[in-house]
Amino acid sequence: ERPKNGCPPTFTIQPDRTGEDLQGGMAEDPQIQTHGCIRSKGGDGMNAYMAYKVSTQTSLTMFHSKTFTVRRRFSDFLGLYEKLSEKHLQNGYIVPPPPEKSILGMTKVKVGKEDPSSAEFVERRRAALERYLQRVVSHPSLLQDPDVREFLEKEELPRAVSTQALSGAGFLKMLNKATDAVSKMTIKMNEQDVWFDEKIQDVENEEQHMRKLHVMVESLVNHRKELSGNTAVFAKSVAMLGSSEDNTALSRALSQLAEVEDRIEQLHQEQAANDFFTFSELLADYIRLLGAVKGCFDQRMKAWQRWQDAENMLQKKREVEAKLLWANKPDKLQQAKDEIAEWEAKVTQYEREFERISATVRKEVIRFDKEKARDFKRQIIKYLESLLNSQQQLIKYWEAFLPEAKAIA
Amino acid sequence: CMQLLVHSVSVDLNNDASLVIDIPDALCERDKVKFTVHTKTTLSSFQKPEYSVQRQHEDFIWLHDTIVETEEYAGLIIPPAPPKPDFEGPREKMHKLGEGESSMTKEEYAKMKQELEAEYLAVFKKTVQVHEVFLQRLSSHPMFRKDRNFQIFLEYDQDLTVRRKNAKEMFGGFFKNMVKSADEVLISGVKEVDEFFEQEKNFLLDYSSKIKDATAKAEKMTRSHKNVADDYNHISGALNNIAADNNTAFKKHLEKCAEVFEKLRKVEDRMASDQELKLTELLRYYTRDIQAAKDLLYRRARALADYENSNKALDKARLKGKDVAQAEENQKQCLQKFDKLSESGKKELTSFKARRVVAFRKNLIEMTELEIKHAKNSVSLLQGSIEVLKSN
Repeated sequence: ERPKNGCPPTFTIQPDRTGEDLQGGMAEDPQIQTHGCIRSKGGDGMNAYMAYKVSTQTSLTMFHSKTFTVRRRFSDFLGLYEKLSEKHLQNGYIVPPPPEKSILGMTKVKVGKEDPSSAEFVERRRAALERYLQRVVSHPSLLQDPDVREFLEKEELPRAVSTQALSGAGFLKMLNKATDAVSKMTIKMNEQDVWFDEKIQDVENEEQHMRKLHVMVESLVNHRKELSGNTAVFAKSVAMLGSSEDNTALSRALSQLAEVEDRIEQLHQEQAANDFFTFSELLADYIRLLGAVKGCFDQRMKAWQRWQDAENMLQKKREVEAKLLWANKPDKLQQAKDEIAEWEAKVTQYEREFERISATVRKEVIRFDKEKARDFKRQIIKYLESLLNSQQQLIKYWEAFLPEAKAIA
Repeated sequence: CMQLLVHSVSVDLNNDASLVIDIPDALCERDKVKFTVHTKTTLSSFQKPEYSVQRQHEDFIWLHDTIVETEEYAGLIIPPAPPKPDFEGPREKMHKLGEGESSMTKEEYAKMKQELEAEYLAVFKKTVQVHEVFLQRLSSHPMFRKDRNFQIFLEYDQDLTVRRKNAKEMFGGFFKNMVKSADEVLISGVKEVDEFFEQEKNFLLDYSSKIKDATAKAEKMTRSHKNVADDYNHISGALNNIAADNNTAFKKHLEKCAEVFEKLRKVEDRMASDQELKLTELLRYYTRDIQAAKDLLYRRARALADYENSNKALDKARLKGKDVAQAEENQKQCLQKFDKLSESGKKELTSFKARRVVAFRKNLIEMTELEIKHAKNSVSLLQGSIEVLKSN
C-alpha cells in the first residue's frame, strides 16, 4: 500500500494469508486484514491522527457482503474493547486485550518525523491491531456481538471518547489490583475449585516464564540489528581496503567481498524484523492474553464473593427473624420474612450465576489453551522458515563469492 | 585449565621440508599458556632431526626482540611479534559464572558453562595460530632460519627464562625504541629518487590506515555475531522453562523449538569464530605485518639521513682540513649500509606483496568454505525440525 500524505512508509511484512492453514483445515473466517494508514486531512502536529484500513473477507451470512473495508482510528479499537469488556468480562469470557498505547512512539509519527523508527512503530501497531481483531472474531461468542459486526462493517463510527484511561496497560493495572485482592480471599475447597486453583497457578507461572523469554527475544532483536549495522560498516571498510590494494585480482576479490557483506547485512535486517514480528510480538500478545485469562478468574472470584455475601446476609436476616420471634414483635415479623425470601432468591440466583461463570471460564480456558498451542506452532514454524530462508540465501551469496576468492593470483 | 590440540593453520609457510615447525598443542595453566613447539629438520646445524620443547609467550617476545636488535637484519621485514594471549573475555565470564552460581538454575549454569568453554576455545585457537605463524615466518626465511637464537629457541630443552634475563641486560633496548615507532613524518619527508620505494611508501601509508580500520570493524561485527549466538542459548533455556511446566501439545512444540535454538547456537557460534579466525585474524596479522614493512622503510630512511649527514660532515672536514680520512671512511660506510638496506629492502617488500596475496587468497577461500559448510548444517537442522513440527 503506497503511503499517502506524508505517512511514513510501511514495511512489507504481510501476514501469511493462504487459503488453507498448515493442516489443510479451514482457513479463518472471517479473515481480517489491516493495511495502509492515512494521515488525517489537514492534520499536522498533535492534532493529526492515523486511520487504518480494516478489510474483512467472509462467507458468513450475518455480514452484509463478502468483502468490505472501513477506516478506523486507534481509539476506535480501544472503544471496541471497552464495549466488549463491559458486556462479557463479567460472564467469564476471555476478552482479548487491545495493543498498548504509546505516547512517545505516536508523537514522533504525528510530528511527521520520517525515520525508520517511526515507520517501524506504525507497522508494529498495524500488525498488532490486525492480530487483535483476528482474535476477537475467532472467539465464537464475541463474533456474535453486534458491536463487533458494527466495528467491521459500519462506514462511520461515533468517536469513542472515554478511552483515555482504558488502554491495554490501564486495564492490566486494574486487573493486577483485583488479583491481589482475590488472593487474599479464602476459597472453599471442593473438587471443581482444585482445578481452578491449579489452573490459575499454571497461568501465573507461564506468564512469568513468558516475560523472561520475551526479554531474551528482545535482546536477540537488538543484537541482530547491531549485527546488521556492523556488517554494513565492515562492508564499506573492506571496499576501501580493496580500492587501496595494488594487486588487481585481490583488489577485485575484496570489493566482491564488500558486496557480499552488504547483501548479508540486508539478510540480517530482514531476520531482525522476523525476530520481532513473528516471535517477539507473539510473546507480547500472549503475556497480555494471560493477563486477560487471570482477569476472568477474578470475575469468577467476584461472583463467588457475591454469593457468599448473600449467604451471610441471609443468615443475618434469619437471625433477625429469630430475635423478633423471641421478642414477640409481630408487626416487624412480616418485614423480616419478606427480607428472608428476598435474600433466599438472591442466594439461589448468585449460586446459579457462580456455577454458570465457572463453567464458562473452564470452557474458555480449554479453548484458549488449544488456540495457544495452535498459534505457537504456526508462528514457530513460520519463524524457523524465515531462518531457513535466510541461511539458504547465505549459502547462495558465499557460493557466488568462492570462485572470486579462488581467482586471486 | 584446558589442553588444546589444534591443526596447523599456516600461511603456506611450511612447504620447505628441511625445517618444519608447528605447534601441535598448548596447555593453559592458571594464566600462563605453554606452547608445545615441534620441529622436524634435515639441517645439519641442528642437534636432532625431531624434537619438541615447551615455550611461553615471553620466550617468543624475547626471540622477536633479539632479532629486531640485530643490526644485520636491518634490511629485512621482521615478522611481527605475536600478541599476548588475551583471556580477559572468558575470564570475565568465569567470574560472572562463579558469582551467579547460587542464583542460577542447573540448566542456566550448564548453558553459561558451555558459552564459557566456547570462548576459551576460540581464544586458544587464535593464540596458537598467531604464535605458530610467527615461527613459520622465521623458518621459511633464508636468513632468519639460520639465526642462532632461533635455533636455541627451537632446540634448548630447558627453560629459557635465564637466557631471557641475560639478553635484556645486554641490549638495553636502545635500538628497539628507535625502530618500534616508525616515524611517518620521517618516511614521508624523505626525498625519494627510487621509483620503487616511492610507490611502496605511498602504498604502505595508505594501506596501513585502511587495514587497521577494517580490522576494527571486523572485530565489532564478530562481537555482534557472538551476541546473537548467546541470545539463542538463553532463548533455548527459557523455552525449556515454559515447556517444563506444561503438559499439553504446547509442551512438545516448545521443546522442539528449544532444541533447534540450542543447535543453532552452536552453528552460529562456529560461524562467528571461524570468520574471526580466518578474516579478522588475517586482517589483524597484516596490520602488524604492514607495520613491520613500514619499520623497514623507516630504517632505510634513517640510513639515508645518516648518509646525507655524513656527506655534509665530509665536506666540513675537507674545508677544515681535519679528520678527512675518518670522515671519508664514515661516509663510505653510511653509503654501504644504505645500499645494502635498499637492495635487501626491495627484495623483502616484493616477497611481502606475494606473501600477502597468497595469505588473503588462502584465508578467504577457507573462510568461505567454512561459512558454506555451517550454513548447510543450519539448513538441514532447520528443515528437519520444521518437518517434525508440521507432522505432529
